[in-house]
Amino acid sequence: MSSKRKSAAVLMSIFLVLFAAGCKKKPAPPPPPPPAPKPVEAPPPPKRPTINQFSAEPSSIERGQSATLRWSVSDATEVRIDPALGVVQSNGNRTVFPSNTTQYTLTARGPGGDATATASVNVTAPPPPPPPPPPPVTRDFTRELETRVQDAYFDYDKSDIRDDARSTLSRNADSLKAILRDFPQKTITVEGHCDERGSAEYNLGLGDRRSTAAKEFLGQLGVPADRLKPVSYGKERPQCTETNETCWQKNRRAHFAPGQ
Amino acid sequence: MKRTIPCILGAAAGLAALLPAQDIIEKVVGGTRPVLAVPDFRGAGEAAPHMSVFNATLYADLDNSGLFKMAAKSMFPLEVPQRPEDFRPPLAPLTAKKGAAAQPVRQGPWLTDWSQPPVGASHLAFGYAATQGDQLVLSGWLYDVSQPNVSSAQLIGKRYLGPVSAAGAKTVAHEFAADIIKQFGGETLLNSKIYFISDRTGSKEVWSMDPDGSSQNQFTSYKSTCTTPAVSLDGTKIAFTTYARGIPGIFIHSLETGRRLPFVNPQATITYSPGFTPDGQKLLYSSSLSGYAQLYIGNPDGSQSQRITQTRAVETEPKVSPKGGSIVFVSGRSGTPQVYMMGMDGSSAERLTSGEGDATNPSWHPNGQLIAFAWSRGFEPGKFNVFLMDVASRRYDQLTHGEGKNENPVWAPDGRHIVFQSNRSGRSQIWTMLADGTKVQQLTTQGSNTMPVWAK
Repeated sequence: MSSKRKSAAVLMSIFLVLFAAGCKKKPAPPPPPPPAPKPVEAPPPPKRPTINQFSAEPSSIERGQSATLRWSVSDATEVRIDPALGVVQSNGNRTVFPSNTTQYTLTARGPGGDATATASVNVTAPPPPPPPPPPPVTRDFTRELETRVQDAYFDYDKSDIRDDARSTLSRNADSLKAILRDFPQKTITVEGHCDERGSAEYNLGLGDRRSTAAKEFLGQLGVPADRLKPVSYGKERPQCTETNETCWQKNRRAHFAPGQ
Repeated sequence: MKRTIPCILGAAAGLAALLPAQDIIEKVVGGTRPVLAVPDFRGAGEAAPHMSVFNATLYADLDNSGLFKMAAKSMFPLEVPQRPEDFRPPLAPLTAKKGAAAQPVRQGPWLTDWSQPPVGASHLAFGYAATQGDQLVLSGWLYDVSQPNVSSAQLIGKRYLGPVSAAGAKTVAHEFAADIIKQFGGETLLNSKIYFISDRTGSKEVWSMDPDGSSQNQFTSYKSTCTTPAVSLDGTKIAFTTYARGIPGIFIHSLETGRRLPFVNPQATITYSPGFTPDGQKLLYSSSLSGYAQLYIGNPDGSQSQRITQTRAVETEPKVSPKGGSIVFVSGRSGTPQVYMMGMDGSSAERLTSGEGDATNPSWHPNGQLIAFAWSRGFEPGKFNVFLMDVASRRYDQLTHGEGKNENPVWAPDGRHIVFQSNRSGRSQIWTMLADGTKVQQLTTQGSNTMPVWAK
């Protein structure tokens, strides 16, 4: 409505009222109302702070992204936003990087009281990365030897390949050929060991026979013998230290280890 | 220790062979031993605190020499002479009562205090210590107390100097004991060394020590496994086996400079168990160059080596006799390892042991007639004991009897003592004993200690 039309309507209303009054006989005027009690000159009540705006945009982010908090407050003496921002100006905006879903609370304090408002930023986990590419086909040399090649055992004071050692070494031969093919740069140490009973000196010679006998047997089965390196440990490195035949048998062996 | 000598006179040599023979021990440590009285020496002033060390060292050296029967201290007279002037010859008897023998009149300490019962000594060592300036001065005498007077009794009268300390007291005690031992034809072990293998640092290294177990010092630092040490007869070189190169091979070091000397190992999976010829001009060793570990002899730098055994068996531990000419060694050619003897070129090899058990670790006596070795004869496999054998007659005797495993016996330069390894106290340790099996002493305690050799 324009202000011209507004003023015309007011004039018309006044005119109509005056006209109506002129038509009626004037009655005695009523007594005036008692005077209104003199209003106390109280100050106007202080206003409560008004939070005109408190928003988070966007309200949902992925972890690592940011959101913007915007706020506008009037009639406040102190404005805080928790968590993270603390005391702030009455109006403003800030960028936040919440790592988890966070509800921000704006608290406005003023002489007329407090006012609060909240705004939430919903944080969603980013989608997982793609699984790592499958490892290249490099198997562990030491592990291959440990899992696929068994010790060959010997009789006391003997370096002959017994029947059970013959079976073991025949199985070993296939594994050793495959392993040496897969690891063309590697050599394999064939360790000769003895039990604790013979003399240390004689056992060094006996252990040498055991390692060499095992190597020669494997060579006959087609294992590349130049990549099998015998070394005698005599009774220097027992794998079992008890004094009984079970333990001694464990020590009378040819063992296959990664080469030097 | 009284031992009966088996009567073998007239017995056929064949019957005598391989029979236990206790006379072998008599040969080495037997004979009538002088009875030696060694009262405690006293010290004046600052020497006094060190006298207990002195007395213990002197007594131990003399007792362990095995040359003497030590007179019991509890029988000693109360008046102990400290110097020749303390002796007072008794006066001749003035009058003899009827029916009683004339008794000399005692004036003070006298030779007969020691020669007659209850002491019954043939010899007396006495003296005292004092300080002079910053030195400990030990005055020591050795008397033959069977003599009629002091001047004819004196065999040794000497002063020994050392620092005023426990170490000084030990030094003068060792020197005085060495003079006494020499007086009776013995050889002091004072300046000899025992080399051995110890794992106390975490890896097996060569160590050395004095014959009483003192001054234990690390010689090698290869942080690998060292084993089978051998020292040249003149004590200037040590050869041993080591895994420092990965596979077992021989290294040689000078004992004078400590430096490594050149030795070229053959291209074999194992080269080990070195032994010098007595003149130090050749080195024998065992090598798998041709297959089984066989014996070789060559120059000490590894050049011009020749194979001297031709068997399909393990041949090891070559030990050349002290005067040269013979090698004792260990071979598996007839079954279990046994001790053999042959000429320097490998000719006329003969088995010395019976074939029973395992026989191993032969070591020549300095006289070239006896060997000591380890044998499991009469025991479970691996339960070695120390034996002696006369290589000409092949008669043997046994020195240990199942007190743990007793291996690697090696003669001392004096020909009366043996160093060996035994696990009788737990782990393997180095022990010494007199060659009759007495005076057994443990020299090492730290870690496991094996393969002793006794060098000049």
